[in-house]
Amino acid sequence: MPVTSRNQTTALERLNARENARPRVAVHKFSSCDGCQLAFINAGEALLELAQLVEIVHFAEAGPMDPEAAVDIAFVEGSISTPEEAERIQAVRSNSRFLVSLGACATSGGLQALRNFNADGATGWTEAVYAQPEFINSLDTATPVAEHVKVDLELWGCPVNARQVFQAVRQLLFGVAPVVDKDKLCVECKRQQHVCVLVARGIPCMGPVTHTGCGALCPAFGRDCYACFGPAENPNTASLSRRFEGLGLLPEAVAQRFHFINSHAPAFRAEWLAWKGRS
Amino acid sequence: MENRDIRIEVPVLARVEGEGALELSASEGRIDTLRLRIFEPPRYFEKFLEGRGPQEVLDIVARICGICPVAYQMTAVQALEQAFGVQASSQVMHLRRLMYCGEWLQSHALHVHLLALPDFLGFDNAIAMAGKHPDAVRRGLRLQRLGNDLIRLFGGRSVHPVGMRMGGFHRGPDPDRAATLLQELREALPDAEALVGFTASLPLPDDEQEFVSVALRHDSEYPMYSGRIVSDRGLDVPAGNYLDHFRESHVAHSTALYAHLDGEPYLVGPLARLNLNHDRLSPPVRAALEATGLRLPSRNMFHSVIARAVEIHEVVLEAIRLLEAYSPEEPAHVPTAVQAGVGCGATEAPRGLLWHRYETDEEGKVLSAQIVPPTAQNQARIEDDLKCSLEAFGLHNDDDALRLRGETVIRNYDPCISCATHFLKVRVERR
Repeated sequence: MPVTSRNQTTALERLNARENARPRVAVHKFSSCDGCQLAFINAGEALLELAQLVEIVHFAEAGPMDPEAAVDIAFVEGSISTPEEAERIQAVRSNSRFLVSLGACATSGGLQALRNFNADGATGWTEAVYAQPEFINSLDTATPVAEHVKVDLELWGCPVNARQVFQAVRQLLFGVAPVVDKDKLCVECKRQQHVCVLVARGIPCMGPVTHTGCGALCPAFGRDCYACFGPAENPNTASLSRRFEGLGLLPEAVAQRFHFINSHAPAFRAEWLAWKGRS
Repeated sequence: MENRDIRIEVPVLARVEGEGALELSASEGRIDTLRLRIFEPPRYFEKFLEGRGPQEVLDIVARICGICPVAYQMTAVQALEQAFGVQASSQVMHLRRLMYCGEWLQSHALHVHLLALPDFLGFDNAIAMAGKHPDAVRRGLRLQRLGNDLIRLFGGRSVHPVGMRMGGFHRGPDPDRAATLLQELREALPDAEALVGFTASLPLPDDEQEFVSVALRHDSEYPMYSGRIVSDRGLDVPAGNYLDHFRESHVAHSTALYAHLDGEPYLVGPLARLNLNHDRLSPPVRAALEATGLRLPSRNMFHSVIARAVEIHEVVLEAIRLLEAYSPEEPAHVPTAVQAGVGCGATEAPRGLLWHRYETDEEGKVLSAQIVPPTAQNQARIEDDLKCSLEAFGLHNDDDALRLRGETVIRNYDPCISCATHFLKVRVERR
């Protein structure tokens, strides 16, 4: 869901009107793998420095625990996939001045949003995976935070890039709106002068439609980008799909390229729908 | 006579998350019932895998766990190569072991220093502990970073790395970066060695219990990427026979499935591995271990923290050895093919045995997948342990003391809930 700059200014003004210069920060977890909060935990010395710059009041994995505390900045990892989570995200929102969605699950629903397209709903899968399906209490969908509450800043990536996260924290500490590069992955890949895997080797790379931020890791390893950072701004997905078809991919394979880690993101969802029925 | 219902609630759990609670009712100093309730929102990974090709499988299974994505990728690649009849080269096997060393190092260093140590040094968390014990925290962060750097060498990033493929790696480690890392690992070796003695000197509770240890066992190596599944009760089977002996079941109070070995709870993880494989440690690690006076096999789960330190020492030495032997000119992957088949994989994740099974069609796409993670295997054992250790600790203790002991016991297993069990809430109803 797009975040308008007007809303962001309002949230930013609220954040800047806080009482203490040292902001109170919470890191909340919903349905996820824990990988995005590792951007903090894997930061080494920077984590200790961060703990000086901000007051970490809730961060279960690192230790501090006060999930209902009022905070200045809340980072939210994970998508909303249970009735309990749908209630809890409302409380997180009302307790925070500025809310950041941290990574693919929180921002687009993530990999587990693949369940959203299952014709039988989640129930059929519960019956397949669990011996006692009546014990499972789960929603039919795993959805991004922005479908439930207003999000003030979206950080994409599966996982997020630590540099991006710390940059956003620094900018918020300076009282300015964080700037997120929404360019295509190709731009970063060209800057790093990697040989294009799509053009030179005919590998169906998602770089032309994918949000930059990872550092063009996959092409650096000589493989295709698989769009873990989600759709870029104004992606020309239809054109890329036709290129994939030209490379010899069957329609089902073209569809699967978009039906992956960020399947619920509107641009990718639309392209998947456009190809999944063709044969 | 005192009867009381003790209820310990975990309001937020990271990784094994949502609602979790430890409930126990006790009378006359004995526990009548105890249940560790875990509610992790189901994510249906085994269903997402259906219809996906081998590279997609590797990219999907990493997302099961942000803390041990490499373990999931390693186990999947092993199972799929078996299904496809692909035989990895010795170069590939060495590189896989090297990358896996990175994951053990980062996961164990994180657990020992940031998650477990505050329990034994009397702090709420590592951030609070850093003020009083800056050297210990910094040592942990250094070792953790080295582990992450090793993973990055193969996968670009340490969470959900991108470098693995069928038959090996998309690209071998960059020789210059490998050389730099080798130097840093040599410099970290004293830290890793000192850690063994340091953990053995912690005031660890004495709590002997009966349990079955299960781990992989390899002809010559300390088990990690390959081996047969063995127990200290005589089990010795290849990964493909796992389902003949191990059963998963589902209970009302948890979304994690329970696994049993021939009907009994069992332990996987560092202490089980060490109990069954201490003769496979390299000589310097064996010497460091002997200097602590720890007798193996150990029946005290609190020795898990020492076992993790021992394994940190082992993987630092192993990574140095493998990096010294690395030859960049050899190919980083072997030719591969796909076929219809069935393959099973078993490797040692930092938290213990991880088992996968895939059935594929002739295009190499997954028809069905089954994954048994270490925490599910330990869950029944954790409940048994809590029952024994809380009784041994004494139910006359106040609620806070019971809560802290319960949390510490759970953290010995480094389940994905270790982080949040810090905050077990105890509610006691006195009758």
